[in-house]
Amino acid sequence: MEAFSRRWTALAVAVGVLLIGMPAQAKTEIHFWHAMTGQLGTSLEAQAKQFNESQGEYEVKPLRKGNYAQTLTAAIAAYRQKNPPHIVQVFEVGTQTMLMSGAVYPVYDLMKHYEIPVKWNDFIKPVVGYYTKDGKLYSMPYNSSTPIFYYNKDAFKKAGLAPDKPPKTWKDVEAYAKKILAAGAAKCGFSTGWPSWTMVENMHATHDQPFASKNNGFGGVEGVELLVNRAFGQKHIGQLAAWQKDNVYSYGGRGGAADPKFVNGDCAMYVQSSALIGGFTRGVKFDWGTGELPHWGAPYRKATSIIGGATLWVLKGKPEAEYRGVARFLEFLAKPEQQMWWHVNTGYLAISNTAVRNLEQGYHFVRNPKQYTAFAQLTGLPPTPPAAMAGKKAAPAKAERVATANSSGLRLGNFVQIRDVIESEMENIFAGKKSAKQGLDDAVAKSNALLKDFAATYKQ
Amino acid sequence: MRRTVFANRWLPYLLVLPQVLVTVVFFFWPAAKSFYLSVFKSPPFGGRDIFVGLDNFTALLTTSDYYDSVVSSFVFAGGVTGLSVVGGLVVAALANQKIRGLTLYRTALLWPYGIAPAIAGIIFLFIFHPAYGILPYFFSFVTAYEFNWLLRGWIAMALVITATAWTHLGYNIAFFLAGLQAIPTSVVEAASVDGAGPVRRFTAIVLPLISPVTFYLVVVNMVFAFFGSFGVIHAVTLGGPGHATEIMVYKLWKDGFIGLDLGSSAAQSVILMAVVIGLTVLQFRFAEKKVTY
Repeated sequence: MEAFSRRWTALAVAVGVLLIGMPAQAKTEIHFWHAMTGQLGTSLEAQAKQFNESQGEYEVKPLRKGNYAQTLTAAIAAYRQKNPPHIVQVFEVGTQTMLMSGAVYPVYDLMKHYEIPVKWNDFIKPVVGYYTKDGKLYSMPYNSSTPIFYYNKDAFKKAGLAPDKPPKTWKDVEAYAKKILAAGAAKCGFSTGWPSWTMVENMHATHDQPFASKNNGFGGVEGVELLVNRAFGQKHIGQLAAWQKDNVYSYGGRGGAADPKFVNGDCAMYVQSSALIGGFTRGVKFDWGTGELPHWGAPYRKATSIIGGATLWVLKGKPEAEYRGVARFLEFLAKPEQQMWWHVNTGYLAISNTAVRNLEQGYHFVRNPKQYTAFAQLTGLPPTPPAAMAGKKAAPAKAERVATANSSGLRLGNFVQIRDVIESEMENIFAGKKSAKQGLDDAVAKSNALLKDFAATYKQ
Repeated sequence: MRRTVFANRWLPYLLVLPQVLVTVVFFFWPAAKSFYLSVFKSPPFGGRDIFVGLDNFTALLTTSDYYDSVVSSFVFAGGVTGLSVVGGLVVAALANQKIRGLTLYRTALLWPYGIAPAIAGIIFLFIFHPAYGILPYFFSFVTAYEFNWLLRGWIAMALVITATAWTHLGYNIAFFLAGLQAIPTSVVEAASVDGAGPVRRFTAIVLPLISPVTFYLVVVNMVFAFFGSFGVIHAVTLGGPGHATEIMVYKLWKDGFIGLDLGSSAAQSVILMAVVIGLTVLQFRFAEKKVTY
């Protein structure tokens, strides 16, 4: 009896809450499917809440659908059942699949249709370029990052290395690693996260080497082939395999599986996404710093790195009237103050130049120099924030890196599988089962089959 | 045998209808859909299905990766079945003794079966991970050999086999225990009187008498290892290193749901279905002859 009455009370309360909570006019719901967890998910929800409170017509409802792959699969299933979310967050490797899907309402067209002015020119080039086709931005850049170099300052000190001078070249990395190993400051020199992204995709970009033919796939789907088995690829991956033998390098698995190797002090240096700065700030117990990705030097040019992360795609198939709300939400996210807030709270890059300049003038980068490394590397500027050198009115520094076609991004079909193929072959090479040449040749052959398959699927 | 006669000729059909419906909706319809998808190439968002005949199959059967995956599946299924059936029998035989605290042991032995495969995978990850696992840390005092399954394929395979067999051990123990307890004590005692030792009693009396249970478990474990062993691999190795632990069911999931290649994924599920049906038929044809009911 008591349980019975309690249930009725609960129901009454629930109805009451519903009635009070209901606004005079029902808001239009905007469904936003995403893959952010932890601090990132909280920040995303806070942003949506802020938007919802800023106006009375639309209600953005964020919903986490699992990791990136699961979110995309869920959106595809929903789209095929004719009930897609308005907005879905898709990782950068899914870009070509989205572009070719015919299921997308391009962000550029959306904003134009609702006459919402957005200064696309104000956005950082390497980020916007990745998602632009025929001069139109197709998806809204949201969480972008780029790989950078992390190092353990305590281990550097123990090995007699200057703690404020991260290695600039791969030769330095080798020499430093050997000193660190000799001093017993760590068990391995360096490790890597996201092996294909950091060691193959970005190494080709920063050395101005093509990753795939047809302008890294930007020139069309038909006939694209991977080029990672050329001299540069063989040199770099072959060197990693050689270093693997004497612990200068220690392979730690895919994705973020190697993070513990750096966090627990096993490896003194680490190449991983700039988005980990936040996590490391909370979780790493020793003194650490960041630096730019090491380079092989001449004859290779020093070029900018490429991004990773995800963007927001607007899907077709919703009632016309609701898209105005989507446009309003994207406009909100594009505002410099939102960009800054997102960057400070998550560690992902602020992607408009205005936001970066504001952060710069607010001495954010002077206080958080680690956060500047990624901006410098993506835009080609020196890794030290100008304000730190000459105060607020610092002149823009001279670029140290060139931005080339090879460093503007990758646009490949079946890219998720291609990454898997590359990483499998890297594992075979590091395990000594295949030579660098053999492994990369195999990776290219398998990837080319995947690219051909993709082209056949979309053949007109 | 007595035949049941129904007054209403529709009643029997009505009674079997739910079972038939469940079978059609959950078994035949998805299987038919797999067959259908396996001869098409279709973009993930749909919109068009290009009929490609057997291209999806030939594409699979002409790549070495797929054969590697088939071989890994057999190694994996053989390893899991062998380890969990033999292990289950040994433990069940021990738990069938008259010892103190017996019920406690018996209950505890069934626990691993209650653990979800993905959780079991995570537990094994924490024990064996080269970077933060406890066992490699102790091994490092004894031997310089690195048990690094992030690069050594056979160690990775041994690890996922052990983890999967462990999750399934409780199930086998339960069945073997029931089988062992169904053996009349008089038979075993008679053998003792005739002078048979414990080993001889086990091989000559117990083993043949529980052979139906063993046969059932081998078939079920085999099917489980081929189809249902997704969680452990997903949690521990993700199919790596290289493709060392990418068994057929994992590869078809990965190609379908991560790679978004539905045609190839459907073709793989058709092949997997054929392999498992074939294996089961073979087991019934040949192994069952050695079973005494």
